[in-house]
Amino acid sequence: MALELKNVSKGFGEGASRTQVLQNINLKIEESEFVAIVGFTGSGKTTLVKMMAGLITPDSGQILFQGKPVSGPGKDRGIVFQNYSLLPWFTVLQNVMLAVNEVYPHWTKNERIDHAKKYIDMVNLSPAIHKRPAELSGGMRQRVSLARTLSMKPEMLLMDEPLSALDAITRGILQTEIVNIWGKDKTTALIITNDVDEGILMADRIIPLNPGPNATLGPEFKINIDRPRDKTALNDNPEFIKVRNQVIEYLLDMDADTSTTKTETYTLPKLSPIMPGSFKKSRRAA
Amino acid sequence: MKTVAIKFFSLPGLTWGIPLVKIFSGDSVGEQLKVITKNVLIPLLAIVVFLFAWSFSARQVTTSLGQIPGPGMVLEQFQELWRAHVVEREKAAEFYARQDSRNAEKLAANPNAKVIDIQYTGKPTYIDQIFTSLKTVFMGFMIASLIALPIGILCGLSKTVMKAFNPLIQIFKPVSPLAWLPIVTMIVSAVYVSSNPMFPKSFIISAITVSLCSMWATLINTALGVASVSTDYINVAKVLQLSPLKKTFKVLLPATLPLIFTGLRISLSVGWMVLIASEMLAQNPGLGKFIWDEFQNGSSQSLARIIAAVFTIGITGFILDRIMVELQKLVSFNKAAA
Repeated sequence: MALELKNVSKGFGEGASRTQVLQNINLKIEESEFVAIVGFTGSGKTTLVKMMAGLITPDSGQILFQGKPVSGPGKDRGIVFQNYSLLPWFTVLQNVMLAVNEVYPHWTKNERIDHAKKYIDMVNLSPAIHKRPAELSGGMRQRVSLARTLSMKPEMLLMDEPLSALDAITRGILQTEIVNIWGKDKTTALIITNDVDEGILMADRIIPLNPGPNATLGPEFKINIDRPRDKTALNDNPEFIKVRNQVIEYLLDMDADTSTTKTETYTLPKLSPIMPGSFKKSRRAA
Repeated sequence: MKTVAIKFFSLPGLTWGIPLVKIFSGDSVGEQLKVITKNVLIPLLAIVVFLFAWSFSARQVTTSLGQIPGPGMVLEQFQELWRAHVVEREKAAEFYARQDSRNAEKLAANPNAKVIDIQYTGKPTYIDQIFTSLKTVFMGFMIASLIALPIGILCGLSKTVMKAFNPLIQIFKPVSPLAWLPIVTMIVSAVYVSSNPMFPKSFIISAITVSLCSMWATLINTALGVASVSTDYINVAKVLQLSPLKKTFKVLLPATLPLIFTGLRISLSVGWMVLIASEMLAQNPGLGKFIWDEFQNGSSQSLARIIAAVFTIGITGFILDRIMVELQKLVSFNKAAA
């Protein structure tokens, strides 16, 4: 068992203004497994991943990483942030070196630089190695962030909506790249996303997070699609369509449940399409 | 070619050249003339109007030292002060030349003769006084920064430290240099006793007074900057488990530098302002003492010389501020690139 969450709950605020974000989260992730958690924005996904990384501690419940309770951030769990979190005063290489220097302090400087360069190359950023984040596009920045995290060779890769700020094409490319890199190292991986397709494309298992407050994890959906998965061919894959519909249906049901307080009903105006050429006729008829 | 020229004129103090380059490279002349009018002609016009108003109103008041000097008389005094400086330097050079030849003669007669090098003891010229003032303000500024930066960082890092220092900062911040000066004078006189001091006492007193008044801006800005570093950067430091020292130097300080420099810039201009008052009272041979001496002297040129000093102080302060702005630009990163 790589990561295990037992009855984890977390809330913010005090007294009347307190909101319970996550309630009784139970999750088990196997070694080398790729798990996706999908949910609406504001459902507590970032809180969940920050707890796994050790950046915040749960109010109750336990988080076990490889059998040991998580007490704080560790180099064994690499996290890729949604907003890249690069240090703008460092170049690409320096940003990656910051991580490499911490994880491999006993290596010589050249060994560390080579190691950093290897990972920058892995995310296809070698031409931009001496550029600063300001000179890079969003996709390139997320690649740097990915290289920084991967260079630490973490035993588990935590990704908090890593691609949600990117355009569809860059997103597609990076989805494949992340899966390829994961396939090589077979580290345990967890991706938080709001895109069901992305989850199904990348993960072995997809778990919806019910909308908060008091968010809990929904039932898991296993994705039995062989790897490597081809993003374009996937659209015709019956398994893909099945899982996709199940997950979306589940999410929409949950959303409807939480918003049942709406009593107002809207009557929609009756509309009938006007076909090309039919306009004149209808006027004559009137 | 055009971009190279524009880049050159983008240097501080040369920005007026950019529209000229654009005109010569074929940009719309009318558009660029508007830019020149706005950025060059209007400021020049304002200066000319000021000079006329000054010249006119100065003639209306007669003081015990005669008429209030107009721009012409002040300019004359500037030239006079420069001439005095040149003459003094020549005298010093002659003095050293005489001394050297005398010593050489002595040594030629007897190689074991004791030669003494005597420092020339002429009175400091106006230019010397400007440099003394600059030295004093930098000394004070350095002391202020050395105290304010570490305390500011500590205040930014810990709310407890901030709460501890805040009342002291708020109480001492508004105190005038004139109030500090007697205390500093007494303490320095008691503590700084040396038969062969590295710095004159008046220099130390002025510098400390400057630092006491100027350090608050740096302290507050540093504390604010460190306290408001983006949680994204802090999270990176946490995930990488950076040591406190590395966290400070690789994450906190770079993120705070723009604000720190804003603080340093305010500190330096406050220091320069305060310096004149403290030099006046501490008798440190800088611009403050110059003004005081001229005031006591009460000759017919005194007022013109004091006004010349006012312009010197203003222009020097402006240059110091521009230098700080350029330094700030050098260390600032693009914030949008987080």
